[in-house]
Amino acid sequence: MKKVYFSEIDGNSMGYLAVVAILGLITALGLGAFWYMEHNGHWVTGMNNEVVWGLPHVFAVFLIVAASGALNVASISSVFQKAAYKPLARLSGLLALALLAGGLAVLVLDLGHPDRLIVAMTYYNFKSIFAWNIYLYMGFFVVVIIYLWMMMERKMNGFTRAAGTAAFIWRLILTTGTGSIFGFIVARQLFDSAIYAPMFIIMSFSFGLAIFILVLMAIYGGTGRPLGDAILFRLKNLLGVFVAAVLMMVTIFYLTGLYATEHHDVVAFILNGNNIYTKLFWVVQVIMGSLAPLAILYNPITGTSRGWIAIAAILVILGGLAQLYVILIGGQAFPLVLFPGMEVSSSFADGVVAAYSPSLPEFLLGFSGIGIALIIVTLALKVLGFAPNSLADADVDPHYVAAK
Amino acid sequence: MNKNDSLVDQKRRAILGGMGGTAAAIVGLTIAPGVLLTQTAQAKPVDEAISSKTRWGILIDTNNCNDCNDCVTACEEENGWGSGSTDEQKSRPDQKAQWIRTVKVTDKQTGYAKTLPMMCQHCEHPPCVDVCPTGASFKRDDGIVLVDKHICIGCRYCMMACPYKARSFIHETLTDQRSYMPRGKGTVESCTMCVHKVDNGENPACVDACSSSMTFGDLNDPDSEISKELARHGGTQIRADLRLNPGVRYQGLNF
Repeated sequence: MKKVYFSEIDGNSMGYLAVVAILGLITALGLGAFWYMEHNGHWVTGMNNEVVWGLPHVFAVFLIVAASGALNVASISSVFQKAAYKPLARLSGLLALALLAGGLAVLVLDLGHPDRLIVAMTYYNFKSIFAWNIYLYMGFFVVVIIYLWMMMERKMNGFTRAAGTAAFIWRLILTTGTGSIFGFIVARQLFDSAIYAPMFIIMSFSFGLAIFILVLMAIYGGTGRPLGDAILFRLKNLLGVFVAAVLMMVTIFYLTGLYATEHHDVVAFILNGNNIYTKLFWVVQVIMGSLAPLAILYNPITGTSRGWIAIAAILVILGGLAQLYVILIGGQAFPLVLFPGMEVSSSFADGVVAAYSPSLPEFLLGFSGIGIALIIVTLALKVLGFAPNSLADADVDPHYVAAK
Repeated sequence: MNKNDSLVDQKRRAILGGMGGTAAAIVGLTIAPGVLLTQTAQAKPVDEAISSKTRWGILIDTNNCNDCNDCVTACEEENGWGSGSTDEQKSRPDQKAQWIRTVKVTDKQTGYAKTLPMMCQHCEHPPCVDVCPTGASFKRDDGIVLVDKHICIGCRYCMMACPYKARSFIHETLTDQRSYMPRGKGTVESCTMCVHKVDNGENPACVDACSSSMTFGDLNDPDSEISKELARHGGTQIRADLRLNPGVRYQGLNF
């Protein structure tokens, strides 16, 4: 394999400036939405005392889950020693940091008291999975920055595998923590299941890789640097495996629910209800976000088309957002079971499906997490050499044989 | 309990209760040793630390509950929410706070129905306290579950975790509050078991409003009225399957 050369991107073109401007606008709109919600209070949102976590949380959790998944490409190179992935490792680390920053920003800006962030950093209840997550998220930044340093500083290259292994283990624990936010909730019918931890890990593989593929294609398309089929097709095949794995987890989760009478109500609510969650589950998560990408990625014609691969990655991301919407919002909308098997009613929406209509500020805040993540990547690419000069097959594929 | 904890408790009491002076037990008229004409108030001096020797609880006899809503109104008036306050005009009905509500339970098969008040159940193992990242949700040694509004960051995870939907989030700026019951935008709140009254030897407002159906007292004291009634006729825990051991118990729920 040839030596890989990294360099900063020029970042002087109109195209680059336009990307920065658009991402900056998305970020600014999000901050404006935050100010509006914070100034008025959450009454201006669709959230209420039943659905306490709304659309911002869907975006935030999606980005946090995707962040750990985006690091996978680096892990495959450093931990599992796959040489073909080595040129992508730096970008993988950068994207992981950026996605986590975007997700955390949204999460913090939706707090009732974001001004008390210092309280969250200084008062800890160590029985709370949230408190663990604060450590896991902060630690992830430290571990991945050290990992990037080992990769990017020649004198430290010898420690890359050790740092990469530490980052890989850390990210597995981190996603376990994120999944357990829901897994540890005994009160809600859709939560309270150990499967959330492994399911979120597989989801992170899938969402993170889908974003990585799109970012990679955008960088190499935008800068005119060569991107060979070999590396891209490896990544898209891997994405297919992850999408299938998520689908398997989802199938097991709902099959288990269908088997136990206790869970019939909530499973019927998601799978066969006259509500938005059923539509999102079947149409967006399963058909658009899972089956369609699988068909695209493994069809010999579409699977070798860059345009189709990009479409498949976008569909995986939309399916992922739908999946988290169904879990988060659907899980809260389904009424709490105060008296199992009984009918309950009250002035506080007991026994009825909670209503939730996301407001524009919520969407803008949530969406700005993507803007924040991508603007970090865009600016960082100009400052440091994260992207190899060439990802052409001859430069990166150790098994490349030139066509005769 | 160390000195610091004791100071913290005093501070909390000052904030929550704002009740000065002594609240020494008012000993009832004694006609013979052990025989009292009036019940002994179960209070302690304010400078005495809260102790786990006491476990405050409420027993609700749903047989007498006639859906009058008196307990709800009394709570609103005492603690300054709902009809007891001019606040929360902007919030939608599903965003307004409800510390206590009446719930109607119906057995779909038989049509048998009961009405009961539902509020924070003051669990021995409260899920809201478990999940709170900062420790703002806390349980006092005497079993009362509270929110420390000074360190609540408004993450709402406790609302996700509570099986009784006992908690409310404040969606807008509040101005019309009781001096002894501070509330605020961006924090979570719930029934405090009228901790400011209890610490002063009084009953919670809902219990005072409904003496025919609600009994307040020390679950750890076998001689308290609540313990004797529970020993005599038993009581039901809502979602007993979760093993949270709530401090609020119900009678007459024959589902």
